[in-house]
Amino acid sequence: MATKSDLLPGTLDMLILKTLKRAPLHGYGIALSIKRLSEDVLTVEEGSLYPALQRLLLQGWVKAEWKMTETNRRARFYTLTAAGRKQLGLELSQFERMIAAIGRVLSDAQEA
Amino acid sequence: MNGLARFLKKFGILFGRERFRVELDEEMAFHREQAERELLAGGMAAEDARFEAMRRFGNATRLRERSQEAVGFSMETVVQDLSFALRQLRKNPGFAATAILILALGMGTSVAIFAFVDAALIKPLPYAEPTRLVDVTESLALFPRGDLSYADYVDWKRMNNVFSSFAAYTGEGYGLKTATGTEPVPGLRVSVEFFRTLGVAPLLGRDFENGDDVAGAAPVVMLRYSTWQKRFGGRAGVVGQTVNLSGTAYTIVGVLPRDFEFAIRDNAEFWAPLQPTSECEKRRSCHNLIGVARLKDGVTVEAARAEMKRIAAQLEGQYPDSNRGQGASVMGLSEAIVGDIRPILLVLLGGAGLLLLIASVNVSSLLLVRAESRRREMAVRGALGASRGRLARQFATEGLTLVAAGGGVGLALAYAGIQVLQRLISQDMMVNMPYLRGLGLNAHVLEFAGYLAVLAAILFSITPIVHLRFSKMREGLTEGGRGSAGSFWRRMGANLVVVELATAVVLLTGAGLLGKSLYHLLHLELGFQADHLATVNVGLPVPEFAKDEKVVQFAREVVERARNLPGVQSAALTSVLPVSCNCNTDWVRFVGRPYNGIHNEVNEREVTPEFFTTLHARLRAGRFFTDDDDASKPQVVLINEAFAKRYFPGEDPIGKKMGNTELTPKSIREIVGVVEDFKDASLDEEQWPAEYQAFLQNPDSYFSLVVRTGQDAQTVLPLLASTIHQVSPDAAVEAGTTMTQRINDSQTAYLHRTSAYLVGGFAGLALVLGVVGLYGVIAYSVSQRTREIGVRMALGAQRSSVYKLVLKEAGWLTAIGIAVGLAGAIGAALLMGKLLFGVRAWDAETLIGVAAVLGVSAMAASYLPARRAASVNPTEALRAE
Repeated sequence: MATKSDLLPGTLDMLILKTLKRAPLHGYGIALSIKRLSEDVLTVEEGSLYPALQRLLLQGWVKAEWKMTETNRRARFYTLTAAGRKQLGLELSQFERMIAAIGRVLSDAQEA
Repeated sequence: MNGLARFLKKFGILFGRERFRVELDEEMAFHREQAERELLAGGMAAEDARFEAMRRFGNATRLRERSQEAVGFSMETVVQDLSFALRQLRKNPGFAATAILILALGMGTSVAIFAFVDAALIKPLPYAEPTRLVDVTESLALFPRGDLSYADYVDWKRMNNVFSSFAAYTGEGYGLKTATGTEPVPGLRVSVEFFRTLGVAPLLGRDFENGDDVAGAAPVVMLRYSTWQKRFGGRAGVVGQTVNLSGTAYTIVGVLPRDFEFAIRDNAEFWAPLQPTSECEKRRSCHNLIGVARLKDGVTVEAARAEMKRIAAQLEGQYPDSNRGQGASVMGLSEAIVGDIRPILLVLLGGAGLLLLIASVNVSSLLLVRAESRRREMAVRGALGASRGRLARQFATEGLTLVAAGGGVGLALAYAGIQVLQRLISQDMMVNMPYLRGLGLNAHVLEFAGYLAVLAAILFSITPIVHLRFSKMREGLTEGGRGSAGSFWRRMGANLVVVELATAVVLLTGAGLLGKSLYHLLHLELGFQADHLATVNVGLPVPEFAKDEKVVQFAREVVERARNLPGVQSAALTSVLPVSCNCNTDWVRFVGRPYNGIHNEVNEREVTPEFFTTLHARLRAGRFFTDDDDASKPQVVLINEAFAKRYFPGEDPIGKKMGNTELTPKSIREIVGVVEDFKDASLDEEQWPAEYQAFLQNPDSYFSLVVRTGQDAQTVLPLLASTIHQVSPDAAVEAGTTMTQRINDSQTAYLHRTSAYLVGGFAGLALVLGVVGLYGVIAYSVSQRTREIGVRMALGAQRSSVYKLVLKEAGWLTAIGIAVGLAGAIGAALLMGKLLFGVRAWDAETLIGVAAVLGVSAMAASYLPARRAASVNPTEALRAE
């Protein structure tokens, strides 16, 4: 079980947005999807999804809607908005730049 | 997503907190159940699965808190903003005091006026289903809402099928014997279904019953609550007691509830059943009742009116002599009660609204100027990491603080204003407006104030936020930056000033027209000399004075004694005082002329010989009455000029004879004189033909004594009452008043005076606010253009041309403001219609006067900044670069 500090700060929002880019999901679905795709490496404290989702709702990057699941239960489904798509692009490119930079620093350190 | 939208979303969540929490809980619970189900499916034991699901989810309570934090306003920053806002206001006390004062004035006046509007026009009447109650009367060409005759009332009640209940009432004055003498007390005679129609049940005893209203039935009476308390000590045993009213013993059968009021005559202390015993009620042609009815379910006022008109037409065919031209009037009861004061209240509300508008615009401009001068501060805070949203919130907090302070002071002002305005209403008028008693800041009024505050708060938060959006933050940091923001403010500020000036013009014109109306009204040619006249109303108990001779004897005695009082020059009696109303009318027919049955309606007054000389009314032809014109002589009559013009055009009326519509021998009288017109009616009513009969030939048991005095008329008043009581201790004498007071306190004068003074006050404030607003814009514009002016002057521009430059800008704004305002003013004045007296809505004098006053004030206000601009030292202006 990973704790909050295991994730780079700000990456949870990005992961959620990325997950929702494929299809609208409810909170449990998002948690499941992140866990499965990261092959159990990134297991967030599942509950911490919800404050993050509220933040994203407030920013207008996702929107929420109560719908029925296949098992006929009421659940809140989140969908990516156009603004969210744009934000995701922005965060991904920033993240890649940062990873690349970190990579360069680390490789330089090894050589020394 | 911008800051404002996010702010509003947070606001929405703040108010939908409960729903937010429920939804969050539901979705978290769903999550845990799903996890638990999957673990169960994976073969875990039920207990372990639940525990594992909970463990993976984390601390639900803390997570809920964190979710709320994400969307809520952090309390900490709200407090920060608030204390910063307060510090800002304290640091700038001039700005704060001005803004708060202006806002308080605007809100205070609106709230105070609204309290009256609410009480009179919005609050329903205090009866069961008040909207189903209607006022029912007869109508004539001259009196759209005339009185109802008893015989017609009985027929209308029998023939209609639109009313579930139909009552009638009429005012009555009683003489009540008390320890100190006979006191005149007002009362009402009502048909037995009156209280049932209104849906009012007595507090004690019984309501009137069928049979109580038959002529000759045992006299019974009901008490008003305050009468029961004051005169009968609030004893429950009062029911069954008798009370002596005007010489008749009445059995008290009931007491009315404490909160019962009846707006048309709310001072009535005793309520008796309407027995058709007076002379008037025996004749179909005599009208002294007013009807009030409850509509049957599903019947509209219009349908009822059509039905009553049909019945009236039927009766007209049946009784062509008495009912000729007698139609029917049916209107909502509240319309009948507040119809008179609705226009003035609406005008005042409109005036107060305009003042609030101008005040809000003014405060907005102040905020804009301040936002402008704080651009540097905002830029620094922005550079230090404050988001636009955070800055916007700071403005919103400041706006709210301002509104809270202004609103608080405004409410205090409103409360004081209500008390003052209420005290200005005379007791006589309160009788007709009981709904204005005990007015204050009730829930309804506070709700209205709340709406105003919310609107103001939104306006004052939005204004600087909009400004912030339009200004480029980076420019704020550059020294002497004069970018788009400066011109934005100039454009915006200029528009606001035009709004202010135009509003001021509308209010000034309204005040001018109302003031002129009031002047016309109070300087009306009355046709008699109103100063140094003292008057007092007298009622004689009927049983004792049933015979005319007794009344005549009383009259002669009273006049003789009054005339000999110290300081009194002459004395007379009249059945109706001058400046009362076009009322107490008579139908006349002339001897020796063909008659087609038309009702020649004229005012009728019975007066004693010295009446005209006491008033200083002038004789046009013939003679006045003498002491010899009494019952032993043929009847004589005087007419006014309007009468002579209408019925004797190009003829000499002296010596002509007239009588009632049937020319009954007893009614025949000879015209012996013509007096110049004087004001019988209220100030704003037109002059009607009037006949003056000799009181000594046709006495009346209710009349007024009027005396002309050498000294202040006020000093004679107590003497008059004692003189009358010397002649007959049983006479009921009302509190006297001077003629000047009567005129000044009359409802017409009061309504015109109040509206003129209040709108005048609004207009004065509006003028100051508008001109200050203009000064602000011009002064700011000059400060922005200092360098430009310096350059111009360095290049050889004269000081005069700098003056011209600045004054031209101000002149344009003023001209546009005045032009827009004048158009609006004429429109507004047309709506005032009935409140204008002797002036037209497009009265050129007023319009030009207003334009001149505003133009001169505006130019004076712009002269100061213009002078500052012209005294710019070019070298200094350029060096400041």
